[in-house]
Amino acid sequence: MRSLPAIGFFALAALPLPWLTSSGTVLNLATMVLLFATLGQAWNLLGGMAGQFSFGHAAFFGTGAYATAIAQIRFGLDAWSGFALAILAAVAMGALVGFASFRFRLRGSYFALVTLAFAEVARILANSLEITGAGVGLLLPLAPGLDRLQFADKAGYYWFALVLCTGGLVLASLVRESRLGARLAAVRENEEAARALGVDAFAVKMQAILLSAGLAGAVGAFYTQLFLYLDPHIAFGPQVSVEALLGPIVGGTASLWGPVLGAAVLQLLGEASRALTGGATGANLVAYGIVLVLIVRFFPDGIIGMGRARAADARGVTG
Amino acid sequence: MLLEVEGLSVRFGGLTALADVTLAVAPGEITAVIGPNGAGKTTLFAAISGFLRPQAGRVRFAGREVGGMPPERLCALGLVRTFQVTRPFAGLTVRENIAVAAHLRHASRKAALALAERVAARVRLEDRLDRPAAELTLAGRKRLELARALATEPRLLLLDEVLAGLNPAEVAEMEPVIRGLRADGITVLLIEHVMQAVMRLSDRVWVLVGGRIVASGPPATVVRDPAVIEAYLGRGAAERLLREDALAGGA
Repeated sequence: MRSLPAIGFFALAALPLPWLTSSGTVLNLATMVLLFATLGQAWNLLGGMAGQFSFGHAAFFGTGAYATAIAQIRFGLDAWSGFALAILAAVAMGALVGFASFRFRLRGSYFALVTLAFAEVARILANSLEITGAGVGLLLPLAPGLDRLQFADKAGYYWFALVLCTGGLVLASLVRESRLGARLAAVRENEEAARALGVDAFAVKMQAILLSAGLAGAVGAFYTQLFLYLDPHIAFGPQVSVEALLGPIVGGTASLWGPVLGAAVLQLLGEASRALTGGATGANLVAYGIVLVLIVRFFPDGIIGMGRARAADARGVTG
Repeated sequence: MLLEVEGLSVRFGGLTALADVTLAVAPGEITAVIGPNGAGKTTLFAAISGFLRPQAGRVRFAGREVGGMPPERLCALGLVRTFQVTRPFAGLTVRENIAVAAHLRHASRKAALALAERVAARVRLEDRLDRPAAELTLAGRKRLELARALATEPRLLLLDEVLAGLNPAEVAEMEPVIRGLRADGITVLLIEHVMQAVMRLSDRVWVLVGGRIVASGPPATVVRDPAVIEAYLGRGAAERLLREDALAGGA
């Protein structure tokens, strides 16, 4: 666990924020950064490490979000069981999407399209089924308490998000430094060569999508606890899928910290663009689009890759 | 016999790439498959190693029927191949490349990295361990192919033209490495274009022409086989050579 000290430092450094500021705006923003950093980390387990670019992580996020909401509202379960169920439901969704695409060797844009299709089908189902509250959505009763995973102040949610983000970092670093991580990288770089060396490409891609979906489902369940309201567009809409992949790509898919950095940059940028345009709808998406074009054009390895290239130049080596 | 191929046929649409190919590889030997371009050598490797499903025929490895098995399972059983057109994991370092293969029989990261280092030293890549594989020269990439295959700790190693494209000095460096495999109990089946190297390295040669086996035997016998000479030098070449030999002998 080479990254463990860095993760520990990150968690400790982020811990005292609520004591340093009482600004609700800052805490909200920081919570959203952590939320999207974790969602990006989930995407990166599959997209960055295994090179399987999903365009439909909303399918897993939304499944997690709805699973805990339904468990609490329809079945009267407590929020902790709901949270665990959310992860399980998202993993099941991951198994479905993974089997449907990897079993038939779908790669590249075909895989991306299949994931997008699954998310869209989920959105349409959520929009028409009674159990998901159809188009009206689901509203959880406000009742702060640890057993309900609801907090009276913003600090509680911030720390909750920090725990989630730290958990995501630990999971990603464990995978990265394991046999699974090596095999995922091999499949990403050249699937046929990996198979020739005894790597069961289907099995390792399945493991990646299950972990990725589970973590994304946990983020979805957190979202439900944070806003206590869900509708099909919030849970399964394409903007969730875009946010999931944008952070890692902007921050850098090759690094553990890429998704965190990317989420921070994008959330700050979104906030700034909203402020500058007086809160125009979609202003943040326009800003994201510009950043994405610039990053992909000039820094395909993301912000972290940019720093590494500089450092390598300074040492007088290439690559 | 460690590997037995019996009546193997592969067709791509109307084109017959392999027709009723039968060959065997004895354990502990270096066996070569030679043949002119387009003879079906790489297709034969693909069919043996599970990358291609033959239309007919059987493949037995270590007494076990393995036809139709996917490559990753064959690799786990101890049958591994290299690629003629090298396929390095370009974004990874040399060490990480070899470690992927080492992980086949070693779950721990530490053990896999240690094995990767030992294998790299064996093919003389030890000074490039932390360089990205994308930086390697052709000779380096061929060595990396061999190193990764070795790191899976195979019983049978299928080498697809690991000497092709190398200069004579590089070939001379690679030869003892391949010969050393036999000493370690690894059986080798190789496809090669560099004839001199095949003659020096192999115990037995199978000649594939137009998807069919036309000759087999020890290398010294096979090169004098008229069918082989014709395949390489064209129809009537064997007769011509014999005549020239006779003339030269008479003079």
